[in-house]
Amino acid sequence: MDILITGLLLGATYSLIAMGLNLQYGVARIMNLANGEMLVAGAFAAFWVYTAQSANPFAAALFVVPGAFVLNWLIYRYLLRPLVRRAKNRGMLEVDTILATFGMSFAFVGIMLLAFGGGYFTYSYLAEPFPIFGSPFGLNRVVASLIAAVICGLLYVWIHGTRTGMAIRAVAVDPAAAGLVAIDVPRMSALSFALGGAVTAAGGIVLSTFLTMDASVGVVFTMKALIIVIMGGVGDVRGTIIASLILGLAETAVATLVDPGMTLAAAYLLFVLVLLFRPQGLFGRRAS
Amino acid sequence: MRRRTALRLAAAAAVSSAFSIGTALGADPIRIGAVAPKTGPLAAGAAITHWPNVQLWAHQVNERGGLRMKDGSRRKVEIIEYDDRTNPGETIKAVERLATQDKVDFILAPYSTGLNVAAAPVYAKHGYPQITATSITDKIPELTKRYSSIFFALGSTTALAGSVADILSKLRAEKKIGNRVAMVNVADAFGIELAEVARPVLKKAGFEIVYDRSYPLGTQDLSPIVKGAKAANPDAFVAWSYPPDTFALTEQAKIENLDVKAFYTAVATAFPAYGGKFGKSVNGHLGAGGVNPDTPEMKAYFAAHQKVTGKPADFWASAVTYATLQVLEQSIEAVGTDRKAVTEHIKKGTFQTVMGPWRFSNQSIDKFWTVGQWQDGVFYGVASTGLSGAKPVITKTGW
Repeated sequence: MDILITGLLLGATYSLIAMGLNLQYGVARIMNLANGEMLVAGAFAAFWVYTAQSANPFAAALFVVPGAFVLNWLIYRYLLRPLVRRAKNRGMLEVDTILATFGMSFAFVGIMLLAFGGGYFTYSYLAEPFPIFGSPFGLNRVVASLIAAVICGLLYVWIHGTRTGMAIRAVAVDPAAAGLVAIDVPRMSALSFALGGAVTAAGGIVLSTFLTMDASVGVVFTMKALIIVIMGGVGDVRGTIIASLILGLAETAVATLVDPGMTLAAAYLLFVLVLLFRPQGLFGRRAS
Repeated sequence: MRRRTALRLAAAAAVSSAFSIGTALGADPIRIGAVAPKTGPLAAGAAITHWPNVQLWAHQVNERGGLRMKDGSRRKVEIIEYDDRTNPGETIKAVERLATQDKVDFILAPYSTGLNVAAAPVYAKHGYPQITATSITDKIPELTKRYSSIFFALGSTTALAGSVADILSKLRAEKKIGNRVAMVNVADAFGIELAEVARPVLKKAGFEIVYDRSYPLGTQDLSPIVKGAKAANPDAFVAWSYPPDTFALTEQAKIENLDVKAFYTAVATAFPAYGGKFGKSVNGHLGAGGVNPDTPEMKAYFAAHQKVTGKPADFWASAVTYATLQVLEQSIEAVGTDRKAVTEHIKKGTFQTVMGPWRFSNQSIDKFWTVGQWQDGVFYGVASTGLSGAKPVITKTGW
């Protein structure tokens, strides 16, 4: 039971890390290697709100989410659109955006170093035991999982229940065909890229309540997000959620039953298995 | 095109004016290179322990008019900084560059055990003294034998692990704790080496290791570890941990209410942020390092550190880092900028530092703090290899 709950809590954390990248990669086709830095920026904002303003760290969402949305919109519009326009095919776009966002991630790290300094950012918020079926769990992790569930739920409903959501799904499946049925593909791509950035930054706020961050830590989250998005299937919200939960459960089970040192091995083994048997990801569509 | 030319001209003008300002000051400054992480996994640790001390030292030396050279002249110091991105290859390149391109007079030691060991051959090749303040290893005898320019000041792995066993033995002799120890370590060079040294030491001291696990660096959820340790019902908890996991393990132990009388986490326990984050519940926590903050030298050092850099010094390697800079300072003042003479002087001289008088024997300081403990908001040294001023150890009482 402990394994199940701990695993689900960890899985929810992972889904917060990966959901934004899924939108950016799946729909806008931008393999954003600067995704982790956006998360760290959100975490810093929460840290600043909590320590300097002594307010609830979640209040940071009030300016972080719109801010990240606008910032990512601008990034897409002015830095990435030229690449999209220039690219002759998807492969070329991927190579170009990987290089561009890789460079961007260094720039972001540099900016955050200037703005926040290089030290560790950590604070205690809701670090109290919260009993579930008699055993204690960190309240901050439980709250994070609930927020993750809400964010994922809203995204799912929005993508599967609204007209814009349908357009986004159409772009995820085939940008060229989506353009033929009068969907404004550049606009939808920009929207999902911006939304992905906003979700990632929101994830950063939540994670900062229990993870210790510094300006250079973003790449760790990018890597985790990458694994989850590819495991779950590019451009599918359900896939990302399921893959996150599987990864969380597997890592916790291995850490408890086998050895905590084996968690990374278990995660990559799962990743390799998925790539071997379902290269398109758990929920991905086979490339036609 | 025209704009580009204008930019180039402006840049050239800026560079030349910078040079002319430098020469206008008269006596040439002593140029000192500094290589350490500003980005990458160890950047945060370096931002707490390493860089502020470089800043503080240069500020203080220049404020008093520079180093007082043998011939009576004063020479300021100029620091040339490089970011090695926590990558040993980059550290080596930067040291090489400082020695051959920038032709600096001295190069400060890099940050952390790994980066120092990686760069040691380059320092030796170019004949630059390398006074390390943040490397802990049992290989000190071999390394000092191989490289005549390397110095160690923070201690050895065995001493660090041995002191923990000593403290636990003492608490057991006083009937404050029992025999059961839960030990975890981060699966990285530092954690693995310490765990391997500690295992036989603890067993020899008669302790039973009831939980012994490692976890990968960067693990995002350590609750299975703490749950496992708790289930083993230990009297003492020892973690050979790195900063992010030191914070995470402590928070998780608090959530799980891990009820031990001795709680030890390694690196970062001495950071002011650790006490700041957990407040009163860290009272009695043991950790790597410690200082004696009550000496007049240390009091002045802590105050200056806060004033000049705007942040507090940590309670371990910060002061040691500053002390190594003082060693370099006093050697240059004694024998000038001849690197060979400085190296020889460091080997033989006695130095007045914030850590007290220092004398290297076989290129290493053999009196150093090994274990510290949070007591009423300050991280005091409670065990050392022959230093005075250690506080008596207390037991942890609840969270």
